[in-house]
Amino acid sequence: MSRGTIQILNPGALTTIQDAGRFGYADMGILQAGAMDTVSMQAANLLLDNAPDEAVLECTLLGPEIRFDVPCAFAIAGADMQPLLDGQKIPMHAMILAKAGSVLKLTAAADGLRTCIAVKGGMDIEPVMGSRSTDMRCGIGGLEGRKMAAGDSIGLRAPETILPDAYKRYLTAREVQRYLGHLRNGSGVKTLRVLWGPQAHLFTEKARGVFAENEYTLSADSDRMGCRFTGTPIPAENGTDIVSDGIVCGAVQITSKGLPIVMTADHQTTGGYAKIAAVITADLPVLAQLKPGEKIRFMPVSVKEAEKAAAGQRRRMKKLARAVN
Amino acid sequence: MKNNNTNIEFNIFPLGDAALTAEFGDEISEALNDRVQMLYLQLKEQKVPGIRDIVPTYRSVTVLFDPAVIRYSRMEQLVRKTAEHMTVGTGGEHFVYEIPVCYGGTFGPDLSYVAEHAGITEEEVIRLHTAPDYRIYMLGFLPGFPYLGGLNDHIRTPRLETPRLKIPAGSVGIAGGQTGIYPMESPGGWQLIGRTPVKVYDPNRKQPVLYRAGDRLKFIPVTPAEFDRITALTQEGAFTCHVEPYRS
Repeated sequence: MSRGTIQILNPGALTTIQDAGRFGYADMGILQAGAMDTVSMQAANLLLDNAPDEAVLECTLLGPEIRFDVPCAFAIAGADMQPLLDGQKIPMHAMILAKAGSVLKLTAAADGLRTCIAVKGGMDIEPVMGSRSTDMRCGIGGLEGRKMAAGDSIGLRAPETILPDAYKRYLTAREVQRYLGHLRNGSGVKTLRVLWGPQAHLFTEKARGVFAENEYTLSADSDRMGCRFTGTPIPAENGTDIVSDGIVCGAVQITSKGLPIVMTADHQTTGGYAKIAAVITADLPVLAQLKPGEKIRFMPVSVKEAEKAAAGQRRRMKKLARAVN
Repeated sequence: MKNNNTNIEFNIFPLGDAALTAEFGDEISEALNDRVQMLYLQLKEQKVPGIRDIVPTYRSVTVLFDPAVIRYSRMEQLVRKTAEHMTVGTGGEHFVYEIPVCYGGTFGPDLSYVAEHAGITEEEVIRLHTAPDYRIYMLGFLPGFPYLGGLNDHIRTPRLETPRLKIPAGSVGIAGGQTGIYPMESPGGWQLIGRTPVKVYDPNRKQPVLYRAGDRLKFIPVTPAEFDRITALTQEGAFTCHVEPYRS
């Protein structure tokens, strides 16, 4: 039962409902989907004392305009889309109270690409195969399996405006840097740490050197399925076609042109290009926030380093939860 | 990371810190795929906490896990042990699903081309296409899309030069040496020879996909009237395919 709704006045460039993703069905060819930047998703939810993986509105590049029909607390985390509530500037990374009739407007991302809007108590969306995530390719989850459109109405499960310790429910600029370091501003070359992948041996040492030592630029034809990069081609003497096998978020496939595609949330469950490497869990949020034209470098690390980085990220989320609750 | 303790050879590779791939080889063969199915089923049966997904493919098994629950090294050990101790010929039951297909007409607009390409009649194409039990090597590309092995070489047909923008759900097609079913509406370049009224994929069903990798499909020719009857039953949720245990 919905206890109020939010109305989409303007959907922005691409706004979808996403949670942690759909697990347990990949053997049937069903996509994972889910939030691209799970750290921002969790931060927005934790600011409201929601479950960290509660479904949020994931906004891309240019944010939506939304009207609340009931009073409700909300929080926005991720790329700075300079949000306005009833025309007034409001901070990112803080609990904000909407009145009945309030209009929230997000604008273009000043830095980064994706932003999550969480509402207190979550959205009234029927889970499909255990998840509320929108799988646009297969038309399931979220709202009718599609992106938001003007006129859409989304039910709220338990909107509230009175939360304990309300005064604590924001992050200072320093806390944002500490807990959401992947949002760091700057035009420099970013680093994506990787582990060598199942087909790394199909590439010569020299070819792996090309991959690890050059800068690659995010191409504009990237989407929720994958991030395509341009740059120095990685040579493969016998081509990069393989007998299809499993792929995951972060898997780095090398196309027949020798260029890397890093698979992301909406990737197919199997693929036929050689996987030279895979981006480590801790750096997937960095990937999610890359804008076309930005430069990255792939840095091979060990499994131990990858696990240490992932543990560090989990620790930071726990600290964030303690700081705001 | 070669495994020497058994006659089943495999390699385990990390696929990031939250997944690994156990690879038995790099070709398409029944023997190799048998091992894949065995490992997939035996890992599934163990219900290991932290495992999110197990994806069997032609020649490998990819395991996705939550690194907060189980570390890579522990997961690798577990997969290695399971693969080392499995014996060929074990590993769960497989089934043969009989899939009714109405061939030709509006359901199979390319049936005549496939017949012409093979230099045989349409009836002969149907006979050759319905003869085998096709092994499902893996599911992928779309939910429930079966990669089938065993198409008769006579009816191999190249893909369409220009892919269609919309192929109806249930369409049965041929592309090169492959045959398969489109579980949902999709663009595609396969030669369409018929359509099944059965919903092989339904996101709202408890078991969203009818079959799983390792099972077999057998196509049964039906008339347009029978197609309509099964469609009506399917809409009421009152149709079930004939299923038999598979015996090799």
